[in-house]
Amino acid sequence: MSEQGANRNAEKGREDIHKAASHDGMDEARREFLRNIAAAGVISLGGGLTLLTMGGGEALAKKPEEPLDPKKRWGMLIDTTKCSDGCQKCVDACKQENGWEAEPNSPHDVQWIRKVNVKDPATGFMMSLPVMCQHCANPPCVDVCPTGASMQRADGIVRVNMHICIGCRYCMMACPYKARSFVHEDIPEEEKRFHAPMGKGCVTSCDFCAHRIDVGKIPACAEACPEGAMLFGDLNDPNSELSKRLREIPTYRIREDLGTDNGIRYTRLP
Amino acid sequence: MKKRFHYEYLQASVGYYTALIGMGVLALIGVAAAYYMEHHGHVVTGMTNEIVWGMPHVFAVFLIIAASGVLNVASIGTVFGKTPYKPLGRLSAVMAAAVLAGGLMILVLDLGRPDRLIVAMTKYNFKSIFAWNIYLYNGFFAVVLLYLYTQMSQDFRVRRYYTAAGTLAFLWRLILTTGTGSIFGWLVARQPYDLAVFAPMFIALSFSFGLAVFILLMVALMKGDERPLGHGLVNRMGRLLGVFVAAAAYFTVVWWLTDLYAAEHRPMVGYLFFSGNVYSWLYWLGFIGLGTIAPLFLVFSRSARSSVKPVVTASLLTVLGGISLVYFIIIGGQSYPLVLFPGKQVSSTYNDGAFYAYAPSMPEILLGLGGMAVAVAIVLVASKTLRILPTTLADADVDPHLATGEVAQMKKAA
Amino acid sequence: MRALSKHITAGLVAGVLGAFAVSAAVAGDVGPKVPVDRSKGECVLPGDEMRRVHMDILKHRRDATMYQGIRGGKQALEACLTCHMVKDEKTGKPVTVKSEKHFCRVCHDFAAVTVDCWQCHKSVPEEASRQAMIGPDGKMKASMIAQLKAFVHGEHGGRK
Repeated sequence: MSEQGANRNAEKGREDIHKAASHDGMDEARREFLRNIAAAGVISLGGGLTLLTMGGGEALAKKPEEPLDPKKRWGMLIDTTKCSDGCQKCVDACKQENGWEAEPNSPHDVQWIRKVNVKDPATGFMMSLPVMCQHCANPPCVDVCPTGASMQRADGIVRVNMHICIGCRYCMMACPYKARSFVHEDIPEEEKRFHAPMGKGCVTSCDFCAHRIDVGKIPACAEACPEGAMLFGDLNDPNSELSKRLREIPTYRIREDLGTDNGIRYTRLP
Repeated sequence: MKKRFHYEYLQASVGYYTALIGMGVLALIGVAAAYYMEHHGHVVTGMTNEIVWGMPHVFAVFLIIAASGVLNVASIGTVFGKTPYKPLGRLSAVMAAAVLAGGLMILVLDLGRPDRLIVAMTKYNFKSIFAWNIYLYNGFFAVVLLYLYTQMSQDFRVRRYYTAAGTLAFLWRLILTTGTGSIFGWLVARQPYDLAVFAPMFIALSFSFGLAVFILLMVALMKGDERPLGHGLVNRMGRLLGVFVAAAAYFTVVWWLTDLYAAEHRPMVGYLFFSGNVYSWLYWLGFIGLGTIAPLFLVFSRSARSSVKPVVTASLLTVLGGISLVYFIIIGGQSYPLVLFPGKQVSSTYNDGAFYAYAPSMPEILLGLGGMAVAVAIVLVASKTLRILPTTLADADVDPHLATGEVAQMKKAA
Repeated sequence: MRALSKHITAGLVAGVLGAFAVSAAVAGDVGPKVPVDRSKGECVLPGDEMRRVHMDILKHRRDATMYQGIRGGKQALEACLTCHMVKDEKTGKPVTVKSEKHFCRVCHDFAAVTVDCWQCHKSVPEEASRQAMIGPDGKMKASMIAQLKAFVHGEHGGRK
C-alpha cells in the first residue's frame, strides 16, 4: 500500500507541490517550499490557511500537501454515557462546518449526523446517541456503487466522490445505518460551504470531515462535544489514545452482526 | 413436415399511425416529465431520503423483468423445440429488446445525474451487481440482435447457428434476471429483501410478465393488421401463462413464509403482508387475487378454448398484478424502516423507526408511461420496417394438432 | 527543373507556416482576457499554458484530493478563486458564477463550454478563510506572516 502511495507520488513529481510532499527530506522540502513562496511574497490563501493550522492534534500529523497515510484507519469512540438526551452540539457543529440545514423530519433535507433516541419497550430504559456514517471497513454502500463513486479512502474514510456519482441511490438502499442522503434540489450559492461541496442529483454523507483531517484537525463534531464524549483517532496505531482506551473498556458497534466492521464505536448501546 | 412461414410488414393504416403517434406523444410527455424532474431536482417527486426509488423504478423494473420474459417465447421454439412457437421467434426477439430499451430509458432518466450516463458506461465497480447489470443489459441487446440475425438471414451459413444463438440468448436472459433479482436479494441491511429467493422469484416473474406482455402485443398486432390468429395457439399460450403465474406466486409465498418463520423478521412480514395497509392490499388483492387467481381461472376456463378474450383479459390482469407486486416489492420494501437497534423503539429528527410514506407524483408516473410507450413504439416501427410478423397464425398453419381443438391432443402437445 | 520545383515547394511550405504563425498570433489576441490579481503571485503555469491544460490540472488535483487527501497550495481550487476573484463594482463583494464577470465565465462563455463544477462547488472563496488571511489593506495580515515565518523556521507555532 505504501509502495503504491510512493509510486503515485512519483507520478506527480513534476508539480512542485508534490515534490514538496515526497517522503525524502519531507520537512526540509516543505520549508524550502514555504520559504520560496514567502520570499516571493506569494501565498495562496486556501493553501496558506491550512498550512498554519497543521500544528493540530498529537496523532494527526498530516500536512495539507501530503498524501494521506494508508497505514492509518480513522475511527471514533463515542462515550454514550456522557451523551445527554437534549444535547445537539455535535449535530449543530456538523451543520455549521459542512453547511447543511435540515428541517426536523424533513424527507428531503440532507442530514449527515443525527441524534437517535432509543427506548427499550420491555424495560423502559431510554438513551440518546449520535448516529452518522459508521465508516465501515466493509461498507455495503461501496460494494453496490456501480461507478465507484461511493468510495473508501486508504485511511478508512468512507465518502462519496461526487464527481462520478450518477445519482442512482443504490448506496442509500444498501447502507444499514441510514447515513446517506440525496440532494433533492439546488443548493443556493450562499448556503454552500467551500470544503463540503454537494449538489443536486448526487448522494452525500458524513466524510469524517476529511477536509479537516487532511490538514491535521479533528472532525467538527468531536471538537464541539462539550463533554469530550467523542474520541477521534487512529484505530491502527496501538499507541493512539483511541486504541489505548478501546483496550481498556468494552465497546460496541451498531449492528455488529452485519460484519461491516464499523469505525465508530460506542461505550454503551441500548 | 415443416411449414415455411412468411413474414410481412404491417400495412399502413389509420389505426397503425394513430397508435404510433399516440405512443410518440406519450413518450415525449415522459421525456418532458423527466426534464422537469431533473431541472427542479427530485424534490418535485414523491421520492425522499427514505423511499429513494419510486414510481419510475416500479415501471422500469417491471419492464426489465418483462423484457427477458418476452424472449422466452422465442426460446420455447428454439431451445425447447415447440413447433407452434417457432413463427413467433422474430417478434419475440424484437419485442424483448424494445421492452428492455423502454425500461432502461426510465431508469436512466430518473438518475440524479442523467447527464453523467457516460460515467456509468466508462467507470465500473465490478463488486456492484448494478455494474454487472449494465453489462448484462447491453449484452442482452447484442445477443438478441445476433439471435434475430440468425432467424432472419437468407444465408443458410448464418441460419444454421440459429439454435446456438437461441440457446445463448436463453442463458443470457436467465443470468440477466438473476442480476435484476439480486439488486434486491443482496441488500443485506433491509429486512424485506436480503433473500436468495429474489433471483429465482424474479425469473419466475419474468416468465409470467413477459408472456403476458407478449400475448397482449401479439394479439393487438395480428388483430390490428387483420391477420388470421388461431384460438388454439392463444389458448395454448394462455395455459402456459397459467403455469408461469402460479410459479411466480409460489416464490412470493416462499419469501414471506421464510421471513415469517424467523422471529426477527416477523414484525416486517406482519407490516408488509398482513397489516391491512396499502401494501398488503397490493399483494393480496392486486398480485394474488387479480394477478394470479383470476388469470388462472380465465386461462383454464372452458370459454378460453373458443375465444381469445379470456386469455387477453388474463394477460392484462397479469400485467396489472405484476405492477402491483413490483410496487409492493420496491415501495413497500423501502417503507419498512432500517433496524439499527433490534427490538428497540427509536425516534429521531431523521424519521428513524417510522414507516415511511410515499405518494407517487405525476411526473414519475408520466415518465413510467413514457417508457412503456417507447417500448410499444419500437415494436410498431420494427413491425413496419422488418419482416417479423408472420402473415398467418391460424391454428392449421401453426400446428395441425391445435386445429382439432381437442383437449387431449393439446395436452399431448404441451 | 528539379531544383526549381524544390525551391517552389520550400517557398510554399515557408509561406504556409508563416500564415499559421500569423493566424496563431492573431488568435491569441482575440480571446478574452482572464481577470487575475498578479500581486498575489504567479500561477501554476504561464497563462497560455494554463489556457490549454487548466482542466487537466484541475482534474488531476481533484482526484489527488479525493483519493489521497492532498489539500492546499497553488492548485487548490480555492487558490484559483482567490487570485482570479472579481469584485462587484457596487457591492465590493466577489462575484459568483451567476455573474458573467466571474473569471471562469469570461472564457467559458466565449468558448461556449459549460462546466459542471458550480452545481456543487462554491464559486467564491470562503469568506472566513479570506478574512483570516487578509488585512484591511488587502494584504496578508502581519500576524499570519509571523506565524508562517515561525513555522518556516521550524518553531511549530499554531494551536496545540
